[in-house]
Amino acid sequence: MSTIPKSRLVALAVFLIVLALFPLGANGYILGVLTTAFYFAVFAMSWDLLFGYAGEVNFGPTFLIGLGAYGAGMSNALLGLPVPLAVVVGAIVAVAGGVALAIPALRLSGPYLGLITLVSVLLLQQAIVIFAGVTGGEIGLSVPDVLSISSAVNYEYALAFMLVSGLILFLISRSSLGMILQAAGQDQVAAAALGFNATRHKILAFAVSALFSGLAGAFLVFYLGTASVSAVVDISIGVRVIIAAVLGGRRTIIGGAIGSVFLIVAGELLRPIGQLSTFVVALIALVVIVLFPDGLLGLLPHRRGA
Amino acid sequence: MLAIQILIDGFAISTLYALGALGFTLIFGVSGVLNLAHGGLMVIAAMIAWYVGTSIGLGPYVGAAAGLAVCLVAALVTYGGIVRPIENSRAVPAHERELFVLTATLLWGVMIQEALSYAFTNSPITVQPLIAGTVSILGVRTPINEIFIAAVAWAVMGALWLLVNRTRIGRRLLAASINPRALTLLGFELDQIYLFVWVIYGLLAGIAGVLLGSFLGSGSGYVPGLTGSAFTIVVLGGLGSVSGTLIAAYIVGYIETLTAYLVSPSLREVPALILLVVVIYMRPQGLLGRR
Repeated sequence: MSTIPKSRLVALAVFLIVLALFPLGANGYILGVLTTAFYFAVFAMSWDLLFGYAGEVNFGPTFLIGLGAYGAGMSNALLGLPVPLAVVVGAIVAVAGGVALAIPALRLSGPYLGLITLVSVLLLQQAIVIFAGVTGGEIGLSVPDVLSISSAVNYEYALAFMLVSGLILFLISRSSLGMILQAAGQDQVAAAALGFNATRHKILAFAVSALFSGLAGAFLVFYLGTASVSAVVDISIGVRVIIAAVLGGRRTIIGGAIGSVFLIVAGELLRPIGQLSTFVVALIALVVIVLFPDGLLGLLPHRRGA
Repeated sequence: MLAIQILIDGFAISTLYALGALGFTLIFGVSGVLNLAHGGLMVIAAMIAWYVGTSIGLGPYVGAAAGLAVCLVAALVTYGGIVRPIENSRAVPAHERELFVLTATLLWGVMIQEALSYAFTNSPITVQPLIAGTVSILGVRTPINEIFIAAVAWAVMGALWLLVNRTRIGRRLLAASINPRALTLLGFELDQIYLFVWVIYGLLAGIAGVLLGSFLGSGSGYVPGLTGSAFTIVVLGGLGSVSGTLIAAYIVGYIETLTAYLVSPSLREVPALILLVVVIYMRPQGLLGRR
């Protein structure tokens, strides 16, 4: 494990202070864009823990996100639970979903797991439409409570949540859990021969990833004031999460955050070209994947060589 | 009456699913690539056929030929521009190559979808039937086009069987799927074989796309669904197994048709997805897969 040079720590601290003071200068529109980007960053970082470290092809990050979002939204809208409690419910539902996904992941690999995760999203989407009476169906479910109506307060919540989640995920990735996941992802037999219980660690990885995906999904619902398929479940959202994580640089955790902010800000900047913006974003991501597989972080000097 | 209708419609749909999924399984069997832009390629063929045939008005046959040609080009771009560079890249570790190909072709599919909806339209279109008119089978009015589609699809699959089992190049494909290294040692150029298999794949996807477009309609929004059903069928049948793919295509096609007729068209996809989950849990290698 390399120690981070002091100059970088100082730069990071300055950068974070500037980020935290952003609401003083920026208008509500910019804050709104960044708030969404910060929640997205948590989606991408959680996904990176599974893909980058454990090598699990999870094509359905929105299964976990959606469970968290709808778990929280429904317990608030239908049961009248206060926001903090609803978020906890959402997180619990998401973790249960994560463990359910981990069970096939123990037996399956590569494309098979990819398909199962993809199918899980489709089934969740269908379930939401079928039980439209309680889920709001295709229109979406509006929740009575929101985090705050002030864009500055929402921004600070999202920033704090992203930083805390990012720090925890980063520490996990650098801990023995991250190492063992990486080892098991590359060669499960060898990792087991060294005495590591790959099964337990994989379930743990799924649970942790689900926890943060679900929390972020739940917070996003209370930021947007609504839970809808197009915002938290649709396959295209999942594809964006994957693009963000790979674009930023896989197996870095922080890369997911950089990729998300890049992706969402680029999407806003490209808004004038309308429909083509998704095309351009996908093109950029494709070029990065084909030419620079280590992502944006991989372009920085000083990283360990591939 | 309804039973015969389901039987006929289910047969036509299943046959098209089989044709579409066959190319997908062929590419995987020979070169180990899962192309998640598959639905995109099928929709390209259908939309070009519609644009040239109906919008410009050159007729269904010119349209179908144009759709096939463009789909072939797009398949070769997928191979030459995306799959090959990743497989030859030294920056991608060998054990992550599969994941990169999956992610990159997924992105390519998104690009195709967006480009089609921008260039043409994002509302569903219908490719002109190749043959007009209807005929009565056991009292059920059936479009001749539907029978024609099933016949063409089976003819193409027959031709593919002959190509793989009865020709030199076909035997090389088979050999490449069994032991590529030995084939290289015998002095055959693997790159040529891969290029050839992508050409066949482009044609299969194109034919399936055009036919499906004239039967069920098509549109940029169909891209993820078509990729999903091909992926489902191929995994259900067993990755790389041709007979498994055929059987799975008929199972999925009939389950979907039954659901659409007897339960609700909006739930069409659900039972097949649940079946898939159950099969993967119980028998990960699929119905006829070898592992």
